Amino acid sequence: MPATSASRPAVVYAAGDPVPTLPPEQLEKNFAEIAPALTPDAALLEANKCLYCYDAPCTQACPTHIDVPSFIHKIATGNMRGSARVILDANPMGHSCARACPVDVLCEGACVLNDRDEQPIKIALLQRHATDWALGHDYQPFSAGPANGKSVAIVGAGPAGLSCARDLRRFGYAVTIFEEKDRPGGLNSFGIAEYKMRLPLALAEAKMVLDLGVEVKTGVRVGTDVSMRQLQNDFDAVFVAIGLGATRRLGIPGEDLHGVSDALVFIEHLKSNPHRETRIGRHVVVIGAGNTAIDAATQAKRLGAERVTLVYRRGPEDMSAYEYEYELAKHDGCEFRFHTVPKAVKGKDRVTGLECVRSEVGAPGPDGKRLFREVPDSGHVIECDTILRALGQTPRDDLAKALGLHVEGSRMVSDNPKVLVGGDCMTGGAEIVNAAADGVQAARQIHELLSK
Amino acid sequence: MADLSVDFAGIKSPNPFWLASGPPTNTYLQVAKAFDEGWGGAIWKTIGEPIINVYSRYGSIDLGKTRMVGFNNIELISDRPVEDNLKELAEVKRNYPKNAVIASLMVESRREAWHEIVKRTEDTGVDGFELNFGCPHGMSERGMGAAVGQVPDYTCQIVEWVKEVATIPVIVKLTPNVTDVTYIARAAVKGGADALSLINTINSIVSVDLETFSPRPSVHGKGSHGGYCGPAVKPIALHLLSAVTGDPQVKIPVSGIGGIASWQDAAEFIALGSGTVQVCTAAMHYGFRIVEDLADGLSNWMDERGHRRLEDFRGRAVPNVSKWEELDLNYHLVASIDQGKCIGCQLCWTACEDGAHQAIRRHERNNGNPVVEIIEEACVGCNLCSQVCPVDNCITMEEVPNEFPSTTWKEYMAGKGELAPRSVHFHTAEWTSKR
Repeated sequence: MPATSASRPAVVYAAGDPVPTLPPEQLEKNFAEIAPALTPDAALLEANKCLYCYDAPCTQACPTHIDVPSFIHKIATGNMRGSARVILDANPMGHSCARACPVDVLCEGACVLNDRDEQPIKIALLQRHATDWALGHDYQPFSAGPANGKSVAIVGAGPAGLSCARDLRRFGYAVTIFEEKDRPGGLNSFGIAEYKMRLPLALAEAKMVLDLGVEVKTGVRVGTDVSMRQLQNDFDAVFVAIGLGATRRLGIPGEDLHGVSDALVFIEHLKSNPHRETRIGRHVVVIGAGNTAIDAATQAKRLGAERVTLVYRRGPEDMSAYEYEYELAKHDGCEFRFHTVPKAVKGKDRVTGLECVRSEVGAPGPDGKRLFREVPDSGHVIECDTILRALGQTPRDDLAKALGLHVEGSRMVSDNPKVLVGGDCMTGGAEIVNAAADGVQAARQIHELLSK
Repeated sequence: MADLSVDFAGIKSPNPFWLASGPPTNTYLQVAKAFDEGWGGAIWKTIGEPIINVYSRYGSIDLGKTRMVGFNNIELISDRPVEDNLKELAEVKRNYPKNAVIASLMVESRREAWHEIVKRTEDTGVDGFELNFGCPHGMSERGMGAAVGQVPDYTCQIVEWVKEVATIPVIVKLTPNVTDVTYIARAAVKGGADALSLINTINSIVSVDLETFSPRPSVHGKGSHGGYCGPAVKPIALHLLSAVTGDPQVKIPVSGIGGIASWQDAAEFIALGSGTVQVCTAAMHYGFRIVEDLADGLSNWMDERGHRRLEDFRGRAVPNVSKWEELDLNYHLVASIDQGKCIGCQLCWTACEDGAHQAIRRHERNNGNPVVEIIEEACVGCNLCSQVCPVDNCITMEEVPNEFPSTTWKEYMAGKGELAPRSVHFHTAEWTSKR
C-alpha cells in the first residue's frame, strides 16, 4: 500500500497550468468500467458452458485456490448465496480480484477450454456476477467466531491486512488494524485504474470484512504514532502488511522540476477525487513499462492528454506489463518509445522535455532482463509538460527498522515468530490475489501458533 | 436427390413430415402456412366434444440455458366449433390436394356419436382419420382419450364402430401410459385399424414452483398432470415404436411421434419402422420453417448413403432390436483415450471412479504428461467415460478381439458356448483392497 509521505511530491499540476479540459460526460465515459458486467442471462449461459472439471486447473492457478467449478456450478443452479460464499471463503478480496486480477495468466489462462481451441470460461466476469450479487443483496456469508480471548494487531488495511483480519475474526480473535491513511483498502482503494474498479467498491469490500467486528485505527502510523513494542505488548501477534513505498526516483538531473511526479500519486489523486479535479498536462511522458506505467498512461490519455508517450530503456519483450495491458495502452492511443534511456529532465521553472539516448540490448543478464548499452550520439529530446515516474515502488526501509524487520532485496522479513509479514512488503510487489492469499495464510499461521 | 414421398396406408404425402395433431394444426391459417413451408401432411387438432380450456397450459424443462428439452401441456382438444373445423378442413384439402390432411377425432364412447362425427368429417374430403385414444389429461377424466386407449377392449370396440362407416384410412393413435403397448396395438388391429401412430404424450408433472408450491403449469395455484413431450421423450417413443413395429401380430403401418426435432431423429424413427413421422413440439418451439432442414438433411443423408427411397432403409433397425438374453457376451470393449486430444478436465476420472468401475488412473498435471489413463484390466467397456468426455472422439471404445465365438446368455444358460476370459479381479475384494 503506498503511503503519502513528506518525501513524495503532491500532485503535478497547479492551478493555472495549461490543462486539457473534457466535458464531464466525456470524462465519465472515459472512466466507465472497461468490462461491462454480465447480465443474469449471459451469466447463466456462460456458467452452463463450464465443464465442471475435477481437480480443476483454474482452481490450481488461483493463488487463493477459489473452487472455481463449484462457484460457477452454483451460478448455473441459481444458488447465488452459495456461489458468493465459495468465492469469498477462499478469497476475502473476491470482489476486487474479479475486476483486477490478471486472469489471462491465472485462472482463465489455465482453463481447459484453451486446449480445445475455444475461449476460456469468463471466470472473472462470473466471479464479479456472484460477488456483485452479494454486495447488491447485502449478503454477509460469514460471522465472527466465538471470542477466544486472544488478540492480533494488523499493520496496514490493504488486501493482505483485510484478508488476514477477516479470517482471524472467523477464528474468534479480537483484531485491530492500524492504517496510516484515512480509509481502508490499500492499493484497492488508491492504486487500481479507475476504469477497472472504483473506490466505493473497494470500500464496500473492506466494509464486509470490518463488519465482522474488526477495529480499525485510521490515520495511525505504526513506528511513529505507536511503537512496535507497544503492539507486541498489547497483542498476542502482529501481522505486518504495509505494502511498498514511493516510486523509485529517476536519478537524473531536473527530476524535481514542477511537472514531474510519481505515477502512483497521480493514480491515487484521480481515484480519490472527482475526475475533473485531477489535472494532467497535454504532452505526458510516462517512464517505465510495468502495469502501473500502463495504468498511468491510459488514465492520462482518458483525462484528455493529447499525447502520451511511454519511455522504456528495453524492448517490448522485456516489459513487465501484461500483454493485455500493453494492448489496452495501444488501443488508447499511447505511444511507446522502446530502447530509450532518460538522461535529463529539461526545463527552467517547469518541465519542457525529457532528454534521452537510444539503447541497444544484448543477451539476458543475471536477472533475466537483457543487458543494454547506450548508443553514442543518439541524444534527443521528447517534448512534454508532464513526466510520471513508474519505475516500480521501493521497499519501505524507513519503516522496516521501526517495525523491527529487515529488508532482503525488496522483501521485508521478520525473525520474530509472533510477527508475520505479508502482501507487497513481503513479495516486493504482486497482485491483489497474492496479497489476499498471504493474508489468509497468515491468519492460519497465527491461529496455529496461538492455538498451541 | 432422394425421393421422400410416402404412401402411408393409402394416404399419399410428398414427404414423411407430418405435423402432429396439436396447437400448430388448429386452424386453416396455420396448416396452409405449414404446407407452404414444406410440410407433407398435417393431423388437424382433435375435433370432438365441446370443451373449454384453462389459462396457462404449458410447462417446460430447460437444461442449462437450452429451452424446452422437455415440454408438457394441459390443453384439451380443439375449442373451436365443429362446423368451423370441418369448413376449414375442406378448404385446406381443396387448396392443398397433394398434401395429406387427416382429421383427428375424439367423441364420447357411443356408437352413434362416432358414426356421426366420422360421416360429417369424411364429407370434407380429408385423406384419413386419426382416432385420439391417447390424450392423457382432462379428456381421460371424461372417459375419452387415454381412458379408451388404456383398455384393449374399448380400443377394439371403437375402432370397429368407426370402421363400420369410414371409407378412408383409419389411424389409431396410441397412448404410452400403459404397461405394454403391444396389447393395445393388437386390439386396434383386431378392430380393423389401417394404421397406428405413437406415442401420444406421457403423464407428467413437469415441475413444482418453489415459491408457491404449485405444480406447473399453474392454474391459480393448482396444476394437473399433463402430457409430456419434446426431445426428452424421444427414447421412450423409439422403444414403444420398436415394440409395435417388431410385433409380428402388428402388420399395419405405424406413424412415429415423440420428440422429433431433427432429420436424424426422423431417420431413426423410420429405421425403426415408421412410415411417416409426426412433429409438434419442435414446430411450437421454432416454427414451421424447421421442415426445410428436416427434409433437406434427410435427403442429403440418404444421397450420401445411397438410399433412393425411404423404403430403402425403413425398418432396417427393427431386426437389431433384440432381447438382452440374445446379446453377445463375448463382445469385449475397452476405453481408449487419445492423449493428444485430452484437455485434462478429469470428468472421465470422477465419473468412472464414483459412478462406474474405478478403471481410470489419475496423475498430477505435469507438462503435458497424461492426466488420466485407462486401467485396461479393470475397464468393463461401459461407455460412461466416452459419454462424459467433452472432447469429440477423445475417448473411444475399442473392440478387444478374442478367439471365442459369440455366446449369448440364453446359450450360456443352456450349456452352449463358452465365455471369453474376463479380467480375473473385476470387483473382487482383492482388487478393491489394492487400491
